[in-house]
Amino acid sequence: MITENLPILLVVIPLLAAPLCVLLRQPTLVWGFATLVSWMVFAISIQLLILVLQDGTISYAIGDWAPPWGIEYRIDPASAFMQLVVAGIGAVSMVFAAKSVPHEIPERRIYLFYTMYLLCLTGLLGIVVTGDAFNLFVFLEISSLSSYVLISLGHDRRALTAAFQYLIMGTLGATFILIGVGLLYMVTGTLNIADLSGRLPEPAPRTSLVAFAFLTVGTSLKLALFPLHLWLPNAYTFAPSMVTAFLAATATKVSVYILLRFFFTVFGVDVAFFDLPVGDILLPLAIVAVFAASTVAIFQENVKRLLAYSSVAQIGYMILGISFATVNGLTAGIVHIFNHALIKGGLFMALGSVFLRLGTTQIDAMAGLGRQMPLTMAAFVAGGLSLVGIPLTSGFISKWYLVTGALEKGWWLVAILVVLGSLLAVIYVWRVIEAAYFRPAPAGAAQVKEAPLAMLAATWVLIGANLYFGIDSTLTVGTASRAAEVLLGLEI
Amino acid sequence: MNGAAIGAWDICLPVLLPMAATVLIGLTGRWPNLREAVTLITSGVLVYLVVGLIQPVFEGARPDILLFEMMPGLSIRFTVEPLGALFAGVASFLWIITSIYSIGYMRGHHEKNQTRFYICFAIAIGSAMGVALAGNMLTLFVFYEVLTFSTYPLVTHAGTDEARLGGRTYLGVLVFTSICLQLPAVIWTWYLAGTLDFTPGGILEGTASPELLGALFVLYVFGIGKAAVMPFHRWLPAAMVAPTPVSALLHAVAVVKAGVFTVLKITYFIFGLELASTLATGEFLLYAAAATILIASLVALRQDNLKRRLAYSTVSQLSYIVLAAMLANELAMVGGGMHIAMHAFGKITLFFCAGAILVAAHKTEVSQLNGIGRRMPWTMGAFAVGSISMIGVPPTAGFVSKWYILIGAFESQQFIAVLVIVASTLLNAAYLLPIVYVAFFKKPDDEPQPNSHRGSIGAAARAPHGEAPLSVVLALVATAAGTIILFLFPGSVLTLAQQIVASGG
Repeated sequence: MITENLPILLVVIPLLAAPLCVLLRQPTLVWGFATLVSWMVFAISIQLLILVLQDGTISYAIGDWAPPWGIEYRIDPASAFMQLVVAGIGAVSMVFAAKSVPHEIPERRIYLFYTMYLLCLTGLLGIVVTGDAFNLFVFLEISSLSSYVLISLGHDRRALTAAFQYLIMGTLGATFILIGVGLLYMVTGTLNIADLSGRLPEPAPRTSLVAFAFLTVGTSLKLALFPLHLWLPNAYTFAPSMVTAFLAATATKVSVYILLRFFFTVFGVDVAFFDLPVGDILLPLAIVAVFAASTVAIFQENVKRLLAYSSVAQIGYMILGISFATVNGLTAGIVHIFNHALIKGGLFMALGSVFLRLGTTQIDAMAGLGRQMPLTMAAFVAGGLSLVGIPLTSGFISKWYLVTGALEKGWWLVAILVVLGSLLAVIYVWRVIEAAYFRPAPAGAAQVKEAPLAMLAATWVLIGANLYFGIDSTLTVGTASRAAEVLLGLEI
Repeated sequence: MNGAAIGAWDICLPVLLPMAATVLIGLTGRWPNLREAVTLITSGVLVYLVVGLIQPVFEGARPDILLFEMMPGLSIRFTVEPLGALFAGVASFLWIITSIYSIGYMRGHHEKNQTRFYICFAIAIGSAMGVALAGNMLTLFVFYEVLTFSTYPLVTHAGTDEARLGGRTYLGVLVFTSICLQLPAVIWTWYLAGTLDFTPGGILEGTASPELLGALFVLYVFGIGKAAVMPFHRWLPAAMVAPTPVSALLHAVAVVKAGVFTVLKITYFIFGLELASTLATGEFLLYAAAATILIASLVALRQDNLKRRLAYSTVSQLSYIVLAAMLANELAMVGGGMHIAMHAFGKITLFFCAGAILVAAHKTEVSQLNGIGRRMPWTMGAFAVGSISMIGVPPTAGFVSKWYILIGAFESQQFIAVLVIVASTLLNAAYLLPIVYVAFFKKPDDEPQPNSHRGSIGAAARAPHGEAPLSVVLALVATAAGTIILFLFPGSVLTLAQQIVASGG
């Protein structure tokens, strides 16, 4: 009974829990409740992944209205993998929030903060599990609107402008997606994603090509593909630490997932990559994203902003893998979604701890921190090495498949650019490391303590997972490659 | 292969033991004597374990173990074969001596953060064991990188600006070469051959056109930055900011030998001698190695800083082994394999001496060493023995390996290689013997040299000094004696080295 209804429970539990937070009001109580909900959702997501890996794609008809007439929730290996990422990061973030949120959010707003967080979680999970294009848009809006609020709750007043900037860009993106979905409905008369793919006429009429264009650009805005990334650095820099860690690890990744869905499930690889020159457009953009954003990251003085630009670069790697449109390429892209969620989640959490103690994340202020917060900074070093792609970290696995994908296509230059890009990561990571370990603490700065246990634990869970999946990646790569095969239509 | 007597643990333990010891070293950090005891006992047990592995290899066994899959189809795997056993044996044995030396040096020099030092040192040794025992290129690459990053805190140990800059060069060159050249080469190999297992005779034969394979060979040889083939040698002199035990064991033995070991390994087990000798780029790489031998020796001539001079000498000596690999015949392989051991003993002696001079006399430059042999006879005596071994003159170990490389060069009709070896012998003599000469035959200067920087405080430099601490002197005498013993009884090393090529049959 419960097993059958897991797909809907995944979404409904956090959705219903959100208004309950408003009723509870008391900050600690709300935190406890939201944490409980997040971990329940995580447990459900693990169960779902196991079910999908065992029995294949799950289809769930809402209200027993059979698809394609009713709304269908559909969980295939790709969505199973994604919902695990979102739910897992959500659960760990809540542990981190225990100490971080009371420090950064005024007490009277904390219950609103967790309400918004649960709504955001609902939206992101909904996007991943829904099999309905319009429903996907609705969940996208739920997650976007709540994330604008979450970002605007940042302690700095610039958080308001950052949130507003994101609101404008995000709304543009969402509107484009809505137009795209509307056009698809016009052509086919259906909104069910699986149904859509069968009903799109061949060769594609102009309307569906226009829909494709709107969907691509709209999604690219949401996932911050260079040069549509302008909202991201400010949003990540000024948002509360927990929000940055959560959104950096999930929001853009889910948008990458939307792109995968539209490209491969709705239009199919033939239309997207052989009839249309999508690969030829995405590939250069992805490479420019890697180099431009990494170069900008090198010159940042605020480490949070540095990592934000690094995120833009890492998204470049994911899109690069997707642009190959091969099993290895897609595997690299999908596995990097997972790995990068762990890396960036962990790094932003480490920075959150730094912010808690120092009140700033400027590189200069972090001088000498290696001695004062050894565990936090060790986590930062491990995450940084993973960003570079050093063996025994998960970043290495991503890089391995990306280079394999490029070599298999015979694109030597791309393979070289991929590895050169990681050198830029060495430079920006090492700026922080040299400051923390080689420079004495600034004169007059107060001695700070190591971060509280809850924050350290959350950080190290993600960093530890990141190291674990760097040593034994059979689970992640196995799931990702199955997802890639499903998306490419090689396995039903 | 019959490795019946050898269990999974026997193969993994040499790698795991030093890694596990780091926990104990960390826990005992507050009690230096106990901490050093942990290091010493670990190194002793390690040698015992490695010897236990070498024994069956002598008898022809090739113990092998597949640990787990890192990526689908790609495993972490250990295989014990003669070349790896040789490298593991040398590195682990010299770790004992270096540990004894370190205790005297680190305390005599009042170094800070000694616990961190011993922890990183143990990780570095563990990863050197991992490199030595790796059964496929992925495993080797993983430990190769761990070695790079675990030695970074050792290189920058002093924490000064000079150390930080040295560390930048160190990491910059090694990471650039490994990530941008070696990693693509490894992935390319995997893509071409569908396996990365080390197989005698190679795995690449016939998988791609000779031109492509030639390019791959170039990627490997330059990508193995630890082998320090010019122009990717700069990290080695930069690493000399490290405390002397690091320079001695890591930058004369473990790290650099991991580099040339990898070159030998890919030549023999990835390409195979037959393929390697036919590649068009082999000739080019041979000249690159030859040029490195000569240029590095010439640069060494001009270095006044003793450790830098030794570093350039190492660059030059490493390329002997690269040259041997590029000759791609069995005799040269034997010579190259032996040179790993022979050079290790000679060079570690020289570095030990440089450190002893620093601790006892606070001197770092060659020009300050006038007459020092009278005050530190044991140290400078050992230095003389090490120098002779570098030059390759009997009765020292350097002669034996050089001999084999030279015959290998004749066999391949590479007369340029022969000339280079002969010329470099003269150059080695030119930059090492003057040090021995001034130390023993020149009168001591009364005044400290004005350019004596690097912590050599004027008062300390003027004060009369004798020999370095006892443990330091013991260590350097032991390795010097080792160079002579290896000349007199090269049996075990020679047998192992000959088995490298015998296993290919």
